[in-house]
Amino acid sequence: MRKLAGIGLFLLVLYGSLLIANEGARSAENHYNLGRDIGKYGLISLGAGLLIISGGIDLSIGSVVGLSATVLVILLTEKGWSPLLAMLATLLVGCVIGLVHGVLVTKLRVQAFVMTLCGLFIYRGLARWLAGDKAMSLGRGFPAFWRDWLYRSRAVFGLPMSLVILLVIAGVAAVFLHRSVYGRYLSAIGSNERAVRYSGIATDRYKMLAYVLCSVLAAFYGILFVMETNQVQPSSDGNFLELYAIAGAVLGGCSLRGGEGTVVGILIGTAILQLLGNLVLMWGIPSALEYTVIGGALLLGAILDESLRRGEGRRARGAKEGEKEKQEEEQKDHKPA
Amino acid sequence: MAAEHSGEATPAPYLLEARDVSRAFPGVQALDRVRLSLRRGEVLAVVGENGAGKSTLMKILAGVERLDSGTVLLDGRPLRLGGVQEAQRLGIVLIHQELNLAENLDVAGNIFLGREPRRGGFLGLVDKRIYADAEPITRRLGLDSSPRAPVAGLSIGQQQLVEIARALSLDSRVLIMDEPTSSLTQRETDRLFDVIRDLKRGGLSVLYISHRLKEVEEIADRVVVLRDGRNAGELQHDQISHEAMVRLMVGRELKQFFRRTHVPPAGNVPPVLRVERLRLDVGTGQPISFSLRGGEIVCLAGLIGAGRSELAETLFGLRRPLSGEVFLDGRPVRVGSPAEAIAHGVFLLPEDRRSQGLVLEASVKANVTLASLQRVSRLGLINPPRERALARDLCQRLNVHTPSVDKTVGLLSGGNQQKVVLAKWLTRSPRLLIVDEPTRGVDVGAKTEIYGLMDRLAGQGTAILMISSDLEEVLGMSDRVLVMHEGRLAGELPREDLSEEAVMHLATGGGHGS
Ligand SMILES: Nc1ncnc2c1ncn2[C@@H]1O[C@H](COP(=O)(O)OP(=O)(O)OP(=O)(O)O)[C@@H](O)[C@H]1O
Ligand SMILES: [Mg+2]
Repeated sequence: MRKLAGIGLFLLVLYGSLLIANEGARSAENHYNLGRDIGKYGLISLGAGLLIISGGIDLSIGSVVGLSATVLVILLTEKGWSPLLAMLATLLVGCVIGLVHGVLVTKLRVQAFVMTLCGLFIYRGLARWLAGDKAMSLGRGFPAFWRDWLYRSRAVFGLPMSLVILLVIAGVAAVFLHRSVYGRYLSAIGSNERAVRYSGIATDRYKMLAYVLCSVLAAFYGILFVMETNQVQPSSDGNFLELYAIAGAVLGGCSLRGGEGTVVGILIGTAILQLLGNLVLMWGIPSALEYTVIGGALLLGAILDESLRRGEGRRARGAKEGEKEKQEEEQKDHKPA
Repeated sequence: MAAEHSGEATPAPYLLEARDVSRAFPGVQALDRVRLSLRRGEVLAVVGENGAGKSTLMKILAGVERLDSGTVLLDGRPLRLGGVQEAQRLGIVLIHQELNLAENLDVAGNIFLGREPRRGGFLGLVDKRIYADAEPITRRLGLDSSPRAPVAGLSIGQQQLVEIARALSLDSRVLIMDEPTSSLTQRETDRLFDVIRDLKRGGLSVLYISHRLKEVEEIADRVVVLRDGRNAGELQHDQISHEAMVRLMVGRELKQFFRRTHVPPAGNVPPVLRVERLRLDVGTGQPISFSLRGGEIVCLAGLIGAGRSELAETLFGLRRPLSGEVFLDGRPVRVGSPAEAIAHGVFLLPEDRRSQGLVLEASVKANVTLASLQRVSRLGLINPPRERALARDLCQRLNVHTPSVDKTVGLLSGGNQQKVVLAKWLTRSPRLLIVDEPTRGVDVGAKTEIYGLMDRLAGQGTAILMISSDLEEVLGMSDRVLVMHEGRLAGELPREDLSEEAVMHLATGGGHGS
């Protein structure tokens, strides 16, 4: 709870400093773009976050985005598939990839880090090969109906559609993670898989589910990406996205040790990352420094998190006289498990 | 921080003394003005129920935990301990209740961890001398694995011996042992006691914690009893008795030992479990055959490393047997995973609560309901009030001491953690319940509750296979005892032939029983 409040506050501070930057930063246009990016990046951070909570990791997200975008463009142009079918097929590609990760990690005991590192290379290569190693354009552009509906529309309260989609998916994910039996298993597996298995739960199934969710969300990102750009550059599109996804999840309080993290936290973490990028732009900081700023913020977050942990321990130890602390502790104890 | 010695140098009556030591954790006063004094060359036992504050006090004395108020004196001089290293330098060594081994290192590597003799200058190579140095210590304790064996492959009991060996290899004046024997069998315990007596003659003082009161009667010179974080009394050598300790611990009389009320059905009842020529993937791989009827409590006895836990894990689907067959209620079954075992009605209470039984970072509530979330959920969604109610009920039935069911389970006292693992299965009605050291680290009162629970389950027709290294428990609870030795069944003892000697004879490889 305290952690969430901390990153929430950080987000507000960042937002405040955006508002005082300049006219452009305050504009509706900038807000719209920011919202749209948060919506997109939130999807992959959510996938990465759920996986991290279950004790896994996925380094191939960017390549999966590249591959699925390539597949989608090929299906729409060269194969002439209907948009709906092509998009479903793209999601299916993500699903299969996730399943392969899950099976190899659980059944063949390949380490998740190694498995998805291999995936990072493999899918990038596949995408380039499928596209004949050149950029592909959608020609007439993405079928208008879908693009307008899924990407451009401001149907709900004038919010960018990708943000609306993210909020809906995050809502489902929050119920899944914090309220459902499966989410409980997932986070318990993240902290002690053995104890969960000994309780008679088919842990492999839940781990596979986390990999599938992560890759499907990456494929979905690929679809939105094609709608935005109307083309795909298989050799570079999606590069580094896994790092953004993981950074968002970690900033949002997911522990790489597994078992820890909330959906709200992941959303806040994503928003912080996007705001940082936007701030660099708006404050006129040389854009070359963008990565440095993000890396610095991440580091700061990690240090603060660790000292918060220790501070809590110390306070708890000094709690002899303080009824106040007791109450605080109790509040902390009542957070959702 | 430096240890502060002050005051004059008159020989103090006590080597180590705790004066009015207090320590609070959120929601609990773990220690409330506790006093304790240890003479030179004395074995002082500290007993008390689960959560009474024993481990906390020991951790404070060894510099692991801080105290809120009070003083600790060494040689009559107040001592401010800044950490474990410093306590060790002053000669205070603690063997923790829970295992703390580096799983990737071998036995000798663990024993000398942090104090390895170096060679090769700045390269800091570990001198192979540690293997030769480790040998006598492990032999003295009866640890029969090689100093080069990786500890990850050792049983819990063997790992415990490694912990003890590490403490013995340190030069100490005060040796604090927090439940050192909780997974040792009679033979290793006897050896340990010989070692303790030796050390005592050499002037070493020992603080000894155990829930096996019989051991305390045997080894202690004096007993200090804690109850709810306070001093509840002290017994001089001639006052030490099981009854006296229990009276001070729980504040009322408790009968000597649990009595079974249910007798297993006589005559020709078909067995619940039949094991035919099962060959384990450990030891000599000799075939094992036995059967268990419903309502029967059968105990697997043997020394540590005899293959008892491995047999349990095989029946629960955690290990593949080399060959052989298992029948449940007459039907042959292949159990490939714990989930399948549970679907067949086979449940296991695992031996190592921390690594196999608990999600330590999660709450008590999440842990006790982990195996029965279906009961409190609809369409996959957990109903929080019902979950809370179920958790409260389960905790109450086993008397788990916790300020709230939301407390992180890893912060409970050892015995209470054990109760949480057991509570997990209370919602189910097993056909076959395998319990591996069910009362490890559990206090007398809770032991009685656990025995009562097993007795009730047996009364309902459950077959129970119990693994225990506590001979008193074996003798008191079992209808039959199967003794294992080096991965095979060494013999079987019916209730009427049960005696400590008979079990030990078979367990040490001494020929067949009746
Ligand atoms: N780090 C901690 N944080 C919060 N509470 C703690 C912590 N350590 C111990 N406690 C609490 O302090 C009380 C005393 O615990 P302690 O481990 O000293 O009991 P114990 O006498 O050793 O019990 P056992 O026989 O079960 O080992 C318990 O209620 C326990 O939950
Ligand atoms: Mg203890």
